Amino acid sequence: MSELIFRSEGLTKVYRTGDVSVYALRGVDMRLHAGELTVLLGPSGSGKSTLLNILGGLDRASEGRAWFRDHELTAMTDRELTAYRRDHVGFVFQFYNLVASLTARENVELVTEIARAPMPAAEALAMVGLDHRLDHFPAQLSGGEQQRVAIARAIAKRPEVLLCDEPTGALDSKTGIQVLEALERINRDLGTTTVVITHNAGIQAMAHRVVFFADGRINEVRENATRARPAEITW
Amino acid sequence: MHVLDRKLLRDLRRMWAQVLAIALVLACGVMILVLAIGVQRSLEDTLEAYYERNRFAEVFSGAKRAPDMLLSEIRALPGVRVAETRIVGQVVLDLPGLEEPAAGRVVSLPDVDVPALNLPLVLTGRPPAPDAVDEVMVTRAFAEANGFVPGDRFSANLNGRKRTLTITGTALSPEYIYVLGPGAMLPDNRRFGILWMPRRALAAAFDLQGAFNDVSLALTRDGRAEEVIPALDQLLAPYGGAGAYGRAEQASHVFIEGELTQLRALARILPPIFFLISAFLVNMVLARIVTLERGVIGLMKALGYSDAAVAGHFLKLATLVSLIGIAIGWSVGSWLAQGMAKLYTEFFEFPYLVFQPRAGSYAISAAAGVATAGLGAIQGVMRAVRMPPAVAMVPPAPPSFKRGAVDRMATWARFSQPSMMVLRGIGRWPGRAAFSILAIAASVAILMSASFFPDSLDEIIDTSFFRQNRQDAMLILTGDRADSVVEDARHLPGVLAAEPMQYLPAVLRHGHLSRRIAVEARDPDATLSRVTDAAGRPVTPAGDGIVLSDRLAERLDVVPGDRIEMQLLTGRRETLTLPVSATATVYFGLGAYMDRAAMARLLRQPPQASVVNVAMDRDKARALYAAAKDTPGLAGTVLLFQTRTAFSETIARNILNTTVVYIVIAVLITVGVTYNGARIQLSERARELASLRIIGFTRAEVSYILMGELMLLSFLAQPVGWAMGWAFAYAQVKSFSSDLYTLPFVMTSATYAKASLVVLAASAVAALIVRRRIDRLDLVAVMKTRE
Ligand SMILES: Nc1ncnc2c1ncn2[C@@H]1O[C@H](COP(=O)(O)OP(=O)(O)OP(=O)(O)O)[C@@H](O)[C@H]1O
Ligand SMILES: [Mg+2]
Repeated sequence: MSELIFRSEGLTKVYRTGDVSVYALRGVDMRLHAGELTVLLGPSGSGKSTLLNILGGLDRASEGRAWFRDHELTAMTDRELTAYRRDHVGFVFQFYNLVASLTARENVELVTEIARAPMPAAEALAMVGLDHRLDHFPAQLSGGEQQRVAIARAIAKRPEVLLCDEPTGALDSKTGIQVLEALERINRDLGTTTVVITHNAGIQAMAHRVVFFADGRINEVRENATRARPAEITW
Repeated sequence: MHVLDRKLLRDLRRMWAQVLAIALVLACGVMILVLAIGVQRSLEDTLEAYYERNRFAEVFSGAKRAPDMLLSEIRALPGVRVAETRIVGQVVLDLPGLEEPAAGRVVSLPDVDVPALNLPLVLTGRPPAPDAVDEVMVTRAFAEANGFVPGDRFSANLNGRKRTLTITGTALSPEYIYVLGPGAMLPDNRRFGILWMPRRALAAAFDLQGAFNDVSLALTRDGRAEEVIPALDQLLAPYGGAGAYGRAEQASHVFIEGELTQLRALARILPPIFFLISAFLVNMVLARIVTLERGVIGLMKALGYSDAAVAGHFLKLATLVSLIGIAIGWSVGSWLAQGMAKLYTEFFEFPYLVFQPRAGSYAISAAAGVATAGLGAIQGVMRAVRMPPAVAMVPPAPPSFKRGAVDRMATWARFSQPSMMVLRGIGRWPGRAAFSILAIAASVAILMSASFFPDSLDEIIDTSFFRQNRQDAMLILTGDRADSVVEDARHLPGVLAAEPMQYLPAVLRHGHLSRRIAVEARDPDATLSRVTDAAGRPVTPAGDGIVLSDRLAERLDVVPGDRIEMQLLTGRRETLTLPVSATATVYFGLGAYMDRAAMARLLRQPPQASVVNVAMDRDKARALYAAAKDTPGLAGTVLLFQTRTAFSETIARNILNTTVVYIVIAVLITVGVTYNGARIQLSERARELASLRIIGFTRAEVSYILMGELMLLSFLAQPVGWAMGWAFAYAQVKSFSSDLYTLPFVMTSATYAKASLVVLAASAVAALIVRRRIDRLDLVAVMKTRE
């Protein structure tokens, strides 16, 4: 059994708006393994993004505890969380979140300039197959290309974990597969622990481990004996 | 360069018009600071150095004829460090190439050595030789205006003796930086100059051997003018002392101080307005940018950028905007300062370049500019910093609208939907709307305070030259003469009417308040020179009463009916108590007026004249001028018809410059506010407006929603602006008002209308520029982009 990278105990998140309380997480106990590609599945509103945000240090839990290796995320100050995100985590978002006024290369440099041991921006873009699009602005790229720039940006710092919230959500099947291939290759070649949230059940076939979410809790965890290649996934 | 900085520059380039609009408003504040502080400091430094180096005296007094022996007693007065006596007199000059007589003030130079006080700075040639009787050194301005160089000659009537004088050199003096001839209202270097001659020659000419009629003092470190002045007055009293005064009442110094006061006021009042408006614009634009850049802010935080880095990014943006403004303000300010310095050299006689760029004024203005931008940015920056990284990932919720009073009113008034949208837009950002109104109102106010000036000056010209001083010329006599001179004057060629007037230097007192002043005594039936009240009706003193100008009455805190004390500084130096019979509206000087016959009665002597006012036939002017040059007892002439034109011309030129500057400034503010407002609304409402277009609204209808709000705000700003403009102009009148002159407060409806027209036109143009963007709105693209 490989080393644990994320662990949580009774993780709970409550949103209070006015006098209504929304339970986004209701006591999540979970373990994720280093080097694995995990897929998170579950209905809309079940708390997937909330969990990912807490694991990525973007948000705080209301109750319970979570660890990244030996570091307790739920005990960190804002400053420590910022350093944690800077040094260990790469994010990929559903809507890419590229800076419109920066080129592909510059969007990646946004990370490499502040990271400890980054790879050159051009190298990161080459890993997602975009070495010929270095100086294009986001508006000059297709959706799939934009998402791959976002992946290059996330991996350029050589993060230990790559957290992706619906990375193919805005893409058609062909470009979606290109993105998944990039994720899969990074997981394989760099050994980056990768968590992918998706609504596309087909994607679970490429995961080492699949976590099923419902109503703020983990319903089921399944390990795949054999994994499909992204190209084989049906949309 | 850091990628974020590259982003910053690209963002700035994309928003260049908005950035420039803000930077220009900021530049106005910076410019005025550079200009006012720079010129003020330069002037102060120049003045201080000049006074110091050329030993400008601190206390001055004239006398009729005081024996030289008195000097040792004056020197012995406590607080006196240096005392020097001189002979000073008025002369009529006959200058080559000038038909009318000119006047001069002759000032003696000591027999041995150079003056201990009020040392002339010799520019060309040399001072006259101590024993020469026909050599003279003149002021530079006088020489230049008349094309004189050393060696040239002119003729002068020295106390009735006509003499040809040879110019030996030109000079400047700290005592005569601002030179006004007797009775003149503006410097006229062609017709009035300062002449330095050896003491011996003047003593002979004015029958003052072994005597002096002028004394200047410098004080010890702890000597105080207020203590020395009464002591000096006491010593000079038996010798016709004309009342000692300090620098605060020295004519040239007072004018420069007045200028300095105005510069200080300029630096204090206007820049804060511009900085406030720029801070508001930065605030408004940055708020919008932070909203639009939520995703980027969230991204930066997710990537591990610290709060300081996020704050720094937006602060840099604001700082860059301010740097552009500062650069523009610096260059325009320096350029204007040069121009202003040039203007000063026209009115003031300084020995060296007045304006040197002041590191201080640049530093202060830059600090103010950067601080302004920072202040405006703070709110937006704090919002960016406070955004939790996770929330920054989700798109912003649509702004919440509430049904409020506006809606109920609008429903009741059955406004159309587009009009409702306009009103709701204002209701949604009431703070922003209120400040936009204030900023636009400030432009209206600035324009009003510029355009009220010409009206005010028209009123001055009308009152001073056409109601009060209607004489064509003043013949200034060398001393008080018997009334027969009036008869003589009537017989001069070309003189149509002549009226006597007497000047009596006096101190007027009421309680602890006092003013040194020349009381004017006239005949009650005088029509050439008289004073009028606020309504333009002539005011004549009743019996033994005295008429005071409004300002003098204010300074002495008296109203008609009160009694004041008048201590004469000539003759037997009597002290009289008089009733104030009325007040008059006078714009130049602090006037006090009496009946000449009553004055004579009070002084128990026959009526006298020190000036004869004449109306003349201009066709016979040449003959009159020739006669005047040879009339003994004449100290000078003031040609009022020339003063009138000179005054109007100088004023017209300066007003044109000021008005242009003010219009530019007001347009910049209006465009800055309206254009940025429109761009921000367009950005906020692009989707809304595009949706309306898609469901079939026309461009005009959609533009109406956007421009409607702006134009509505501009209209609402007008009455606010009128009120502000009224207050601005009033404050200006108050700040301009000094013992030397005052401005009438004249507000015509044209002033209101002109200001409003310019501002409404400027905001309409700004709105139209943005309207072009609505016309080009790419409907598909707008609907596709995620807010
Ligand atoms: N900022 C917030 N304030 C209030 N409630 C929130 C907030 N963020 C999330 N929620 C609620 O928390 C619950 C979980 O949200 P979450 O975004 O984690 O779901 P999800 O599984 O990612 O859904 P989806 O698949 O639609 O993205 C939802 O009911 C949501 O409405
Ligand atoms: Mg989600």
